[in-house]
Amino acid sequence: MDFYNTHILTVVLFTPLVGALVLLFVPRDSANAHRVIGNLFAFLGLIVSLPLIWRFSLDPGAPRYQFPESADWIPSIGAHYSLGIDGISLLLVILTTFLGAISILSSWSAIKMRTKEYYILFLLLQVGMLGVFMSLDFFLFYMFWEVMLVPMYFLIGVWGSDRRLYAAIKFFLYTLIGSVIMLLGILALYFRAGATTFDMPTLLASASHFDTSSQVLLFWAFFFAFAIKVPMFPFHTWLPDAHTEAPTAGSVILAGVLLKMGTYGFIRFSLPLLPQDPAARHKIVTIMMVISIIGIIYGALVCMMQKDMKKLIAYSSVSHLAFCTLGIFALTPHGLSGSVIQQINHGISTGALFLLIGVLYERRHTRLISEFGGLSTPMPNFAAIYMIASLSSLGLPLLNGFIGEFTILRGTYEVSIRYTAWASFGIVLGAAYLLWLYQRVMFGPVTNPSNEHLADLNAREYATLLPLVILMFWIGIYPKPLFRFLERPVEEIVEQVNPGYYGAERAASPATAPAVAPAPAASGVMDMPGMPGMNMPGMEMPSGNGTAPAHPPDMK
Amino acid sequence: MLKAFQTFMQVDGGGLLLPEIMLVLFALGILLTDYLLEDRDKFFNALMALLGVMFSGICLWQLRLVADRGPIGFNYSLLVDPFFLFFGSIFLIATGLVIILSVNYLHVEDENHGEYYALILFACAGMMFMASGYDLIVQFLGLETMAISFYVLAGFLRKDKRSNESAVKYLLLGAFSSGILAYGFSILYGIGAMLDKSAFEVVLPRTNLDTISKAVEVRGHGDFFVLLALATVAAGLFFKIAAVPFHQWAPDVYEGAPTPITAYISVASKTASFALLLRLLLTVFWPIRVDWIMLIAGVALASLTLGNFAALTQTNVKRMLAYSSISHVGYILLGIVAAASSPMGFLTGMKGVAFYLFVYGFMTIGAFAVLISLQRQGIIGDELDDLNGLYRRSPLAALVLLIFMLSLAGIPPLAGFVGKYFILQALIETGHMRLAIFGALYIVPALYYYFRIVAHAYLHEPGNAPLPIITLGQKFAFGILCFVTVAAGVYPEPFVRLATYSLFFPAGFSGH
Repeated sequence: MDFYNTHILTVVLFTPLVGALVLLFVPRDSANAHRVIGNLFAFLGLIVSLPLIWRFSLDPGAPRYQFPESADWIPSIGAHYSLGIDGISLLLVILTTFLGAISILSSWSAIKMRTKEYYILFLLLQVGMLGVFMSLDFFLFYMFWEVMLVPMYFLIGVWGSDRRLYAAIKFFLYTLIGSVIMLLGILALYFRAGATTFDMPTLLASASHFDTSSQVLLFWAFFFAFAIKVPMFPFHTWLPDAHTEAPTAGSVILAGVLLKMGTYGFIRFSLPLLPQDPAARHKIVTIMMVISIIGIIYGALVCMMQKDMKKLIAYSSVSHLAFCTLGIFALTPHGLSGSVIQQINHGISTGALFLLIGVLYERRHTRLISEFGGLSTPMPNFAAIYMIASLSSLGLPLLNGFIGEFTILRGTYEVSIRYTAWASFGIVLGAAYLLWLYQRVMFGPVTNPSNEHLADLNAREYATLLPLVILMFWIGIYPKPLFRFLERPVEEIVEQVNPGYYGAERAASPATAPAVAPAPAASGVMDMPGMPGMNMPGMEMPSGNGTAPAHPPDMK
Repeated sequence: MLKAFQTFMQVDGGGLLLPEIMLVLFALGILLTDYLLEDRDKFFNALMALLGVMFSGICLWQLRLVADRGPIGFNYSLLVDPFFLFFGSIFLIATGLVIILSVNYLHVEDENHGEYYALILFACAGMMFMASGYDLIVQFLGLETMAISFYVLAGFLRKDKRSNESAVKYLLLGAFSSGILAYGFSILYGIGAMLDKSAFEVVLPRTNLDTISKAVEVRGHGDFFVLLALATVAAGLFFKIAAVPFHQWAPDVYEGAPTPITAYISVASKTASFALLLRLLLTVFWPIRVDWIMLIAGVALASLTLGNFAALTQTNVKRMLAYSSISHVGYILLGIVAAASSPMGFLTGMKGVAFYLFVYGFMTIGAFAVLISLQRQGIIGDELDDLNGLYRRSPLAALVLLIFMLSLAGIPPLAGFVGKYFILQALIETGHMRLAIFGALYIVPALYYYFRIVAHAYLHEPGNAPLPIITLGQKFAFGILCFVTVAAGVYPEPFVRLATYSLFFPAGFSGH
């Protein structure tokens, strides 16, 4: 217990690894034992991660990265085993352990062959993803970032559907291209900073003193890794294949968590690496926002044309994740916090949709839309949950998707009305393809006789879906607890990357002293003159009514 | 007699020769006792050979006490420094592992002759001289001792056509490259002989590397004879390390030679030739490094490109590994480019080269070890299809294979990644951004062909291939190989220190 208190992140990180090691010693043919142990450790991973929520201090005096742990790892190159989380990574860590437990539970009857390897690989995947969100050391981060590709390759390649070999290696190679360029970026950053450490905050802080051209180069070096992972518009082609071929649980984790590593990377690395020079930064931000808009519209349009339900949901991820990147590169507190919330939402709603399609696939072994129709007659409960998940995904108020999209749009509105209009059009398209899919699959008479006697959800399927449904409502109705975790990191990031933002807010607020607007080229350090620290009056109230910037109650 | 021996050992510097003496003594012993052994006792030869490697290792270990001073013996022709100890230990480890892996292989192929082990030990002694020689003659003799042993070993499966073909190809092209190298050496000798020696306190032999280095420095860069010597020496050694455009022999020889010998050629012979190349580049050709940086960079890029792309379409695993080893040569050469470019890059670059060579040996022998375990009477087990469903047939072999493939491809946290990391870092430090980008991007095609192997082993159905039987010796070898490959990736610190130790040049060379 004492070890747990001092090394809570290590415990959370390596609980799945322990499970994988235990599984190694279980005989190959006892499939039920594998299932029990796999589920046990995934659930245990969720349990040990929950205390993070209430132990995380929201006190403004607390350090940004909490639960820090650091130990020498490779002194000769300055790599450390150093972990720590801020509000953003906290939410993603919980999302990972939560979706991990759910998707492992969902594979109970779907995975019939090679169960031992399946659960081992799944637990290893969990370790890799958690490590990415927790690492505060570039070397360690890169290691987790890469190592997680291997279990995912096998999950798609062994337990996937027909074109699994192709999809698995395509996924691996695409992500690897981005990763190796990022490796060069990390090395260049390390070298340019003249550092002897791979400590992330140190290196990212020193990046703000580089000249503009190397900042631009560094930004693009990191861009590819994250853009491919997200995936942003021209780099998305691996995603439909990987999602469609992966087993259900693999798709849930792929959409729910893996893609978030890209957006997380944008927030954690790309934003601090944005050039200080306003012209260069404006150019990059414009490019990013435009390709996000293209992604939103393009993803939605492609969804309309899909014949395969799973592929449809896969393309909808392109559209939804483009919302997240739009919010990130709006560089406003609302855009940024909305983006993080939307990432969580996407994990929940798309995860639920993939689980539901998995339920259908287990019963019918097909995912073609034309094979179904009128399913609400034999499977009413299934249809109800499917409705909720679809509505949540398309952003109906009172469900979680609305909160994220609305906040992002609000953040984008502060920057440009035109972008906001295009993005809103994307929401309309989203409603169209999701509802049209629903209509074709659920409504009307049962056209295909083999669908007439499909069994409705069983207890285990309820157990995987109900928590997601509860979260959808909870985030949709009372999202404040989530936003509270984001205030602090979002504020710090916006202050650094968009120094003009709070200055302009302050100028608009009568309570503020006549301070000069901060120079746009300021190096983004907190104690710059003209860039007030956290406690300056007016600074943290962009909307002028005394609440912190990211509070959802403001918006309602 | 005893007194003469003592004088030889202590005064004349014979002690510096002990590791090589041990190897040769045991090799001769094997040749003597081989005739006395029944067929079923042939494994005794392997034991003798292992014992020889062990004794040689002990002598090498003892030499570490004096290596810091860099004792130089035999009329300035033999240098025992950390550089030699580092490479010598790689040779001994590789030799030991190859011997262990050979036992069952020879038994199955029914070619269990003592000469095999004797030749392996002779080759190893030759390599030791390549690393410790500080004199053109010693280096050349070392190289030839190694090469001639390998020509015989490559054709050791007398009844197999491919093996014979491989031996002949290796012999012809090897002799050709040795000729070119000898030509280069003769020019270097001429350059050394023309140097005015009156300025020196100690008169060194004309073939000593210090003499020649001085002579090259006096002539400066741009001198025709120096450049001619550089070109010919480089060409001869590029043959030995199988760098493009002198790589054509590699796939054929790799494919035909007995698999343990393929592993030995691809690891030990390559490492030894790198040791020789490094020794020459760091001494003789160091004053004119501006002339060869671009040459090496070009060869490195060509090796990376051709190696990676040619490997994509291979269906024979041994050929694929041959091409992949060409691309690894490219990475190591890139490390040398960085090391020669600036004082800052020297340390990182050379560390990268040494680390890369060290772990390359383990992961490559590992990959071949898996193939060896698949070999049956009449089946070589080196086609991609022979690996089908290996995971079902032998999870252990498949897991081991996965580790080596990931490491060869350069996926963290395995040894291969750390090697590539150092080399890329050195390239960035020295401003070779473009080379770094090439080096990094070529990881992607490499992963593709390594994972073709993995896909066959894990994702394809087994068919009716027989179960591999892994002997105790092979398990032991797997254990060592895996341990180093994983440990050097997860906790590289001790290995990095070892690589740094090899850069301690007592002979006066200190980089830039």
